[in-house]
Amino acid sequence: MKTTGFPLNCRALGFAAAALALLTVLPAPARAASTSIAVAANFTVPAKRLAAAFAQKTGDNVVLSFGSSGQFVTEITQGAPYEVFLSADAVRPEKLAAIGLASKSSLFTYAVGKLVLYSAKPGYVDAAGKVLASGKFAHIAIADPKAAPYGAAGIEALKALGLYDTVMSKIVTGKSIAQTYEFIATGNAELGFVALSQVINAKGGSQWLVPAADYQPIVQDAVLLKAGDNDPVAKAFLAYIKSPEALAVIRSYGYATKP
Amino acid sequence: MGAAAVLTLELASLTTLVLLMLGVPLAWGLAYAKGWWAEVVGAVVSLPLVLPPTVLGFYLLILLGPNGPFAPLLSHFGLTTLAFSFPGLVIGSCVYSLPFMVQPVRGAFAALGQGAWEAALTLRATPLDAFFSVTLPLARGGIATGALLAFAHTLGEFGVVTMIGGDIPGKTDVLSIVIFDDVENLDWNQAGRISAVLALFSFLVILATLRLGHRTERT
Amino acid sequence: MSRIIASFQGSFGGFRLDAGFDIPAGGRTGLFGPSGCGKSTVLRCMAGLVRLQGGNLRVGGEVWQEDGYFLPPYKRAVGYVFQDARLFTHLSVRDNLRFGLRRAGGGRIAEADVVEFLGLAPLLGRYPAALSGGERQRVAIGRTLLAQPRLLLMDEPLAALDRESAEQILPRLREVSARFGVPVLYVSHQMDEIERIAQHLLLMRAGRVMAAGALTDLLTDLSLPFAARDGAATVLELTVSAYDETYGLTLAGAPPLCLTVPGWLGAVGAVIRLRVRASDVSLLRRPASSSVLNLLPTRILAADIQTGPHVLVVLGVGEARLLARITRKSWDQMGLALGQEIFAQVKAEALAGA
Repeated sequence: MKTTGFPLNCRALGFAAAALALLTVLPAPARAASTSIAVAANFTVPAKRLAAAFAQKTGDNVVLSFGSSGQFVTEITQGAPYEVFLSADAVRPEKLAAIGLASKSSLFTYAVGKLVLYSAKPGYVDAAGKVLASGKFAHIAIADPKAAPYGAAGIEALKALGLYDTVMSKIVTGKSIAQTYEFIATGNAELGFVALSQVINAKGGSQWLVPAADYQPIVQDAVLLKAGDNDPVAKAFLAYIKSPEALAVIRSYGYATKP
Repeated sequence: MGAAAVLTLELASLTTLVLLMLGVPLAWGLAYAKGWWAEVVGAVVSLPLVLPPTVLGFYLLILLGPNGPFAPLLSHFGLTTLAFSFPGLVIGSCVYSLPFMVQPVRGAFAALGQGAWEAALTLRATPLDAFFSVTLPLARGGIATGALLAFAHTLGEFGVVTMIGGDIPGKTDVLSIVIFDDVENLDWNQAGRISAVLALFSFLVILATLRLGHRTERT
Repeated sequence: MSRIIASFQGSFGGFRLDAGFDIPAGGRTGLFGPSGCGKSTVLRCMAGLVRLQGGNLRVGGEVWQEDGYFLPPYKRAVGYVFQDARLFTHLSVRDNLRFGLRRAGGGRIAEADVVEFLGLAPLLGRYPAALSGGERQRVAIGRTLLAQPRLLLMDEPLAALDRESAEQILPRLREVSARFGVPVLYVSHQMDEIERIAQHLLLMRAGRVMAAGALTDLLTDLSLPFAARDGAATVLELTVSAYDETYGLTLAGAPPLCLTVPGWLGAVGAVIRLRVRASDVSLLRRPASSSVLNLLPTRILAADIQTGPHVLVVLGVGEARLLARITRKSWDQMGLALGQEIFAQVKAEALAGA
């Protein structure tokens, strides 16, 4: 008797090999000057707008990658070729600078984030956040506090409100703030903590801006990475983010900025 | 890590069991059905091979959620969603590992042909009787291969669990997630240990599958 | 005598089946035709493995298929011996034999009888993988018999076997019907198999049954292709009357059809089957002394006189028929004509024990 489990896998392997071969044969596209940037997930939408504006101004290309800040640090320590890192916190860029993977002098705060309790259901989250104490929800989504600063802020807020122990068993963890938003937006989690920037333009749903006193300020720092040391485009992009024009864009997404 | 290992084994075992019950009849239908729709169903079954787990996870998140088709049923049990739950992971894993069960079993049934089945019918066996007493035992090599592959594939599953699991320790935190979290938190020693265990285990399962394939080919 | 009455109509991608026949529900009927003429399809229809909309089947008064009525295979008392045996490789020979027996809940055909008849005793503990082709087919026949069939269908059961294995099984195939009281429908595209096994014959061509009747009648029917083929022959079934120990000759038949055949072919009273080739029969005006032992008084019943060098002559010997193939020159020189009485000499060597 024959079994055909493995021919299938062999086919898949063959296909992968063919694809690889094809990649090496294809000519590399002519490279316009460009820089590659790691962006914390909460800053996804403004980053896209800033990159587009920068490209229009300078003609240089900005390649954006989105993920959790913790994940990026892992990748950067493993030699990922990002040239600029827009973190969701101040600690990680500092750490990278301390181990020589980023330029300490380039560090600056590009945004200060705000935490929001959000639900996709209109009227579910009240203006005072009392829903947290009601216990009527089955799942509350929070980004992984170890990897995403907004997750850490969410935990801090729950602790400040004295509710952490009661809701602890209902916490579901998103790998990034983007996945946390997905959990809530699809209704699988009735509510959760996300960045104001993610929901500032949301239609429908309900939200409560968590008082700044309930959590450590989410200071988001940008830094020039080692791979971008000699890239004028990377430096130009960092400079552009500091411009009043860019800061206005950032503020329009619900972030505070430092003067 | 202990709880995650137990959970991972539970998930892989239960998924394999469910796939045996669903995947074997499905493979049987696909092996013998004629007509275009069999190819359509076959293609759908094979989709998880090529779709990124994120796509599957996203669809599952919507399907299992409060706006999905199962929501009315779930509300009977006081639930709003199957995401972030062990049953949800089992459903996701079944979808994800379905082709690994169905393909070898379908191949075994196809190689078997209709001959023995027809012989059984002329020996007074009802179709159900013929299936269980002749077709199934004759296809046991393919079924064992499918079960082992589905089991191994579920052991190493990451994408779908990430998408619908919600990282709940002891409930949805399987080994691959623990490894990911460890790597992310720069705990590389722990990640390395679990990875080695998982890799060794998967290797043994694949080895068993290959040996099984040789054995059934000889008889 | 009860009958098996069948008719099947249907199309399979360009092939049209329109086969109807009525055969005795007893004895051995051969279904003969070239490859691809629809023989196996007819068998599959009879077994219920294929359901045609236009189908009728009655076996000994029991309806198996009729307009809007269809008995599934597992509810028919039908046995099917496939060309490729199709033993269940995961079961021992014993369990293969008992597969149908258990499901039929026992019956008049006993396991011990079948094991003895087919010589299966040494094989019982083995698995199909350890059997030769001939052994497999014997087990398959036994397995089918034990399912207590009221009709035994055999689809070229010897076609996949080497000559020696086939020769071993052939006598069993001839005996099985009488021994277990089951009518057998035997499909083959080998005429020599049919000649050695069948009593009745169905001739199929391109999806249709062209002729049906007793084997000897069809073999000597000049309108059918059998008489004209190379190696045309007739088949005689005779009862052994004596054995000549001095010369080692078997005497069979009763006047006017008495034949002497070399060798011991059976005890007195046994029915033996002899094949007489048309080319081994010659005609004489009057008896003459020759080395030929067998000289039969016959009458010319029919002749196929064409422009070729040969003439096919059908001879009557009592109720029996013989076929003779002589040259047209002989026919003319002897001044032969229909209705004439004439002697036929048949070379004893030419009578092969079937």
